[in-house]
Amino acid sequence: MSLKVHIHSKLKGFELKVDFETNGKPMGILGASGCGKSMTLKCIAGIMTPDEGYIELRGKVLFDSKNKINLKPQDRKVGYLFQNYALFPNMTVAQNIAVGIRGSKSEKTEVVTKMLHNFHLQGLEKRYPSQLSGGQQQRVALARILAYEPDALLLDEPFSALDAYLKEELQIQLHDLLSSYEGESLLVTHSRNEVYELTKDLMVLEHGKILMSGDTKNIFLEPVKMQAAKLTGCKNLSKAKKIADNQVEALDWGIVLTVKAPIPDNLSGIGIRAHDFKPYIKGNSVNWVLGEEESFNKIPCRVKKITESPFEWVVLVDTKGSSQYSDINSQSRDINSHEDINHHDSVIWWKIGKNQLNSQLSNGMPEFITVAPEDILLLID
Amino acid sequence: MDYSPILISMKTASISIIITFFLGVIAAKVVHGIRSRKVKIVLDGILTLPMVLPPTVAGFFLLYVFGVKRPIGEFLINFFGVKIAFSWWATVLAAVTIAFPLMYRSARGAFEQVDMNIIYAARTLGMSEGTIFRKVLMPNAMPGILSGAILSFARGLGEFGATAMIAGNIAGKTRTLPLAVYSAVAAGDMDTAYNYVLILVVISFAVVVSMNVTALRKR
Repeated sequence: MSLKVHIHSKLKGFELKVDFETNGKPMGILGASGCGKSMTLKCIAGIMTPDEGYIELRGKVLFDSKNKINLKPQDRKVGYLFQNYALFPNMTVAQNIAVGIRGSKSEKTEVVTKMLHNFHLQGLEKRYPSQLSGGQQQRVALARILAYEPDALLLDEPFSALDAYLKEELQIQLHDLLSSYEGESLLVTHSRNEVYELTKDLMVLEHGKILMSGDTKNIFLEPVKMQAAKLTGCKNLSKAKKIADNQVEALDWGIVLTVKAPIPDNLSGIGIRAHDFKPYIKGNSVNWVLGEEESFNKIPCRVKKITESPFEWVVLVDTKGSSQYSDINSQSRDINSHEDINHHDSVIWWKIGKNQLNSQLSNGMPEFITVAPEDILLLID
Repeated sequence: MDYSPILISMKTASISIIITFFLGVIAAKVVHGIRSRKVKIVLDGILTLPMVLPPTVAGFFLLYVFGVKRPIGEFLINFFGVKIAFSWWATVLAAVTIAFPLMYRSARGAFEQVDMNIIYAARTLGMSEGTIFRKVLMPNAMPGILSGAILSFARGLGEFGATAMIAGNIAGKTRTLPLAVYSAVAAGDMDTAYNYVLILVVISFAVVVSMNVTALRKR
């Protein structure tokens, strides 16, 4: 029971080459726009034909360039949820859902009724898609696909057309649906929240190639590659070099940080998630236990800018000249300093929940912020 | 006043719009489905040609193909006993030829306006290509196709040049309203010309308005 995909396709200025397998668990494909993630789905569904490759779904060969097999989309039993849901504007909700159902009229009515119930669409069956909200349209599209009983479910940026407040609710609904769905499912998105919440396995795509793949949670914990760290939402990335067994120098920030050993030999940078910084206040504020004072990774909290979002503060901390080893670095930093003016590399993003900040920092901003060694991601190219 | 041009024109315009509609939609579907861009461009050029050529030139080509002494014209007479040139059917042939590109181009534009994703969705849901055409592509392209039909009807009603070439100007047989206007003016009978012009304007306007209303209602 699996979906096997090997595809290779050359396009103008772009080459898609992916190779993966799913095994009944929802899999995510994460990548920036234009990295080939939608195209991968389209090849599986048969909407596009790759130059060469092999696609097999639950033992059935859908595409095999060597043996000249290329099933029509109609024969693949692959459900595809389009970004804009692609409902038929000229048909009612009930007619849309009935499109993919085989069988007599009474069987169709029965399945449609069941789907309307499952997707909370009762009362809307006579409406047209243009009369529905974005969330309702998505439910109709999913109902229409599941009524067809496909062997695989391909979700192409399912939330990109929705308002923010609808997204979270629908993500929960989709989570339930994916965990009860028995076929193969693939979710393509550029949103790290969606893959994190909805998928067990993850594949990170860049320029048509697989950058990393594996367990979703693990990739988020340790996104070994720089690009993967960026795509999984790591705000603070700096070039870095190893200076001791458990110390690196963050070159963009001019800071030495204590990290968790071992440090890989080909280390090229470090990443710190914006939420992993904590305010440092002498005595009581540090939430983790450390032996030595220098491993507190104190960074002077020189606030460049503060922006407020509904539940958290986003603090931009200027690191320029904060090097503890300024005598070593001053020369090299001076050369770059004029470049840094408009450059965000020297800025650290620190995000902190409002209630946390209020309770801990009644007296304004802390003197230092700090980050635990184990929260520093060690990255390679 | 001779009423036969009104009847002939209405008959010609009605029959020719039916033929034009189907030919135009079928041609649009065929061209829409062609993948090769080069073939598409060339085919589109050929199908659009009757619209950009002077109608007399289009009529000349029709005469060249369907004339009594030409192979196809002779074939039709010998095997079907149908004489096209200078018969009533020639007025239909001329109207269809001239109005066809308008129908074809409008229908093709309307098909291209339909979101490809709904066609893809229909395929992944197991709908056959024929069903997709009838139940998805056509209904969603309908407003554009209808407005193409309006234009084609109006164009067919007003057809003059090609009709004169292939059908002639035979009173009571091939003399349509535009030809009747021309003949009346040529004969110096301005009163009759006024009447024909008035009828032509009223019919054209009524048809366009009524079809526009139905197109709007559909939307």
